Amino acid sequence: MVGGNSTKVSGAGESPSRHPLATRFASFTKAVAKPANVLFTILITFVGLTAITFIIGRVMPADPVLAIVGDRASKDVYEAMYLKLGLDKPLLQQYWIYLTNVVQGDFGKSIMTTRPVLDDLITYFPATLELASVATLVGILVGVPMGVAAAVRQGRLTDHIVRIIGLFGYSVPIFWLGLVALLIFYAKLGWLPGPGRIEVYYDGIVAPTTGFILIDSAMQGEWEIFRNAVSHLILPSAMLATFALAYIARMTRSFMLDQLNQEYIITARVKGLSETAVIWRHAFRNVLIQLITIIGLTYASLLEGSVLTETIFAWPGIGQYITKSLFNADMNAVIGGTVVVGIGFVGINMLSDVLYRLVDPRARR
Amino acid sequence: MSDKATTVPAAAKQGLKAWLLSNSPGSMAHARCQRMYLNWLVFSANPIAMAGLLIIGALVLGATFAPLLTSGDGIEQHLADRLQPPSAEHWFGTDELGRDVYERIIWGSRITLYIVGLVGIIVAPLGLIIGIIAGYVGGWVDNVLMRVTDIFLAFPRLILALAFVAALGPGLENAVFAIAITTWSPFARIARAETLTIRKSEFIMAAQVQGASTTRILLSHIMPLCASSIIVRLTLDMAGIILVAAGLGFLGLGAQPPLPEWGAMISTGRQFLIDQWWVPTIPGIAILVVSMGFNLLGDGLRDVLDPRSGH
Amino acid sequence: MAGDALLVVEDLRVSFDTPKGVVEAVRGIDFELGQERLGIVGESGSGKSQTGRAILRLISGNGRIAAKRMEFDGIDLLNASERRMRSIRGNRISMIMQDPQYSLNPVMTVGTQIAEAYRVHSKAGKREAKERALAMLETVRIREPEKVYNLYPHEVSGGMGQRIMIAMMLIPDPDLLIADEPTSALDVTVQLQVLALLDDMVRQRGMGLILISHDLNLVASFCDRVLVMYGGRIMETLDAKALHEARHPYTRGLLNCLPQLDGSHGELPVLKRDPAWLEAGGGAP
Repeated sequence: MVGGNSTKVSGAGESPSRHPLATRFASFTKAVAKPANVLFTILITFVGLTAITFIIGRVMPADPVLAIVGDRASKDVYEAMYLKLGLDKPLLQQYWIYLTNVVQGDFGKSIMTTRPVLDDLITYFPATLELASVATLVGILVGVPMGVAAAVRQGRLTDHIVRIIGLFGYSVPIFWLGLVALLIFYAKLGWLPGPGRIEVYYDGIVAPTTGFILIDSAMQGEWEIFRNAVSHLILPSAMLATFALAYIARMTRSFMLDQLNQEYIITARVKGLSETAVIWRHAFRNVLIQLITIIGLTYASLLEGSVLTETIFAWPGIGQYITKSLFNADMNAVIGGTVVVGIGFVGINMLSDVLYRLVDPRARR
Repeated sequence: MSDKATTVPAAAKQGLKAWLLSNSPGSMAHARCQRMYLNWLVFSANPIAMAGLLIIGALVLGATFAPLLTSGDGIEQHLADRLQPPSAEHWFGTDELGRDVYERIIWGSRITLYIVGLVGIIVAPLGLIIGIIAGYVGGWVDNVLMRVTDIFLAFPRLILALAFVAALGPGLENAVFAIAITTWSPFARIARAETLTIRKSEFIMAAQVQGASTTRILLSHIMPLCASSIIVRLTLDMAGIILVAAGLGFLGLGAQPPLPEWGAMISTGRQFLIDQWWVPTIPGIAILVVSMGFNLLGDGLRDVLDPRSGH
Repeated sequence: MAGDALLVVEDLRVSFDTPKGVVEAVRGIDFELGQERLGIVGESGSGKSQTGRAILRLISGNGRIAAKRMEFDGIDLLNASERRMRSIRGNRISMIMQDPQYSLNPVMTVGTQIAEAYRVHSKAGKREAKERALAMLETVRIREPEKVYNLYPHEVSGGMGQRIMIAMMLIPDPDLLIADEPTSALDVTVQLQVLALLDDMVRQRGMGLILISHDLNLVASFCDRVLVMYGGRIMETLDAKALHEARHPYTRGLLNCLPQLDGSHGELPVLKRDPAWLEAGGGAP
């Protein structure tokens, strides 16, 4: 139970049950313990992530050196890499070498691009972030009202429609939907451009300050490029957004139904509040807090859902980078990409957790 | 005599129903049968759940009776017939190697069922055991197990599966392994949460006082109570598992050609999307329908077995 | 009965559509309320809470209200538009509920919730509403109202929470207050304090009160008249002072079950339920 009895304010004539200094000390240690706890969890998860990727990258393959240098490498290169990885040393020491490298951002070199993997990741990650961000935004803007409407009109037509859309959204294979969408809107109707993030002849004109084409082109006033980028974003983000809004709508509906069954809703009605006020000012406020976690989860899911979407739409993001590296048996790149996405995943979940604690009055103190 | 022949079945039916609905069951087995019957009544009254059951039933039947439902094996090539549109002879048309798409879908259902079944058999018991032990024993064991669970829980499923396959090489079993590794965590969490609630109840204390061993308590008391939540969660997760498997198949990392795995069929058929739409589109529909089926079934089961989630 | 009836209820029925069939929570009850205190006593499932909710037309989703008459101060509550009902709720009829931990919105400060209750029925601005809320907190004997104003429901104790409820429900100055088990969730010592407060407020403002409870002693000491409900029907209506003269076997049974400090120290009798009480007009003297 958060906020034990000693911190409750008592009624008329009742005196505080603890010495004020004791209460201050207790809340101080609680305040310090929380971030320490969070830090500890982050550390453990990071170690776990690197351990798993280490196992995947070094322990599992039949020949981890070959996986890194490629089968065209010369004997010298092979042996140099062998020593560099410390494959002659015990496993734990190998892991330590790996870990220290990762912490410094050294993921080795990519066979495919011959650049350091870290550079590749920095180049490609923003594209995925942009896609996932837009899709999540659409998911929220469409999904939340849908969920609220379905909960308020439970059992009626609106509810059924929303549930069917939701069901479709998280049952459909996104990559297939992308293909079908391309078929209809690009090949048959010609309404939207084909795969790619931007038209080839626009590529490279806008200086990548943030890596987000939308933001960069807007900042530099290149509105034609902006429009072009938007038109290319529509289909892939719509695909991802389908899943996002299905999940968000479903959870919003579920939370909303829970809240509408609570006693305080009756109180609100007893006060004579309009139904709108009851729904949005009272019930929804409680739902919003829970939605923070859901939105975090959605964003993280979209980061990984982008893997397949990027393949279909030739989107130059990290998903495509990982899959291409996979086919090139480029272990460094695959592992590097996995670690980065993994960190992103964990980071987002942690952020939403922290945000939740800040916003929910019951979780504070 | 004929009189008896018609009245006895009617009376027997009355008897069975009365037995199932009576207010005072005679034995544990009787009570269990009653429970199942009542659950079935609630379940069958729910059209959504029944729709899900229908779809999954069709999947299982299709997979089981594949040889009876098809004339070929979906693998043999008939290049003369390649890329035929849907017709009376080929219900879903043929693909680029002349194989009947309908047949490949039916045979592919076996692969789907295989993946889903294998993953389920691995993750459910694994998660259950880890969760129950963590919840019941508590202390540092709980801490360690939950940290491990959290680590796996925090990871992107598809990406990790990709990495696994990258290391182990493509193939159906590797794909199953990769999916299982990334799917068991939620079950451990659920089992642990349930165990924590049950652990404090009085009948557990009674069993302890009676001298029941820890194993016995875990197996015969706690595990059955966790079972329903696990089953619901598993069914709901099946849809996601199918999508991940299809995704891996699409990337060429799951079942290898010429096996008729639905995701792989979409991938190989991709180039024919514009003019021979049925080649990549039909397998996608199959995935969609089965995925929806599991979602519906899971929702229905949850309404029956876990009514406090209140939908 | 004092003068003009404030509330008239005739043949009130409340039923719910459940998957297992129609469940009747209230099966045709009649009563009138003047400027007095009426207690409704009953066990769980007797329909007493639903009666209170029905008056405000706040029966949830799949429930239905029917009656021959349900009038408040001449207003037909049964057929009034939802808009009309909203102007009545809080403003003319209010209700306080059992557990402030659940009946207050957990993510809004208690002060805001009280101020909101004021603003719904007046054109007041934020500042004025806040001042009124602070004044109200003082009226319900809460010290340091400014501090309490900014607290959240989980930060206040049960007794204080009920005072806040009372403040919130009385701030628009209603004529009738329905109190649904107002002290059941409180410690015994706190119960008395809250009841005393309620007593004062109702008396000062000249309000009518319907006190719903399972506690026969409480209702008898607090109210002028008592309705005894069982199985959705009224078994007996009597003056609180005449409680010991009750004639219905159910009421007598309840009275006999209450331990008396000066009574015999033998076993307490168990209430024997006559299925006839569930029938219409069952056992009524």
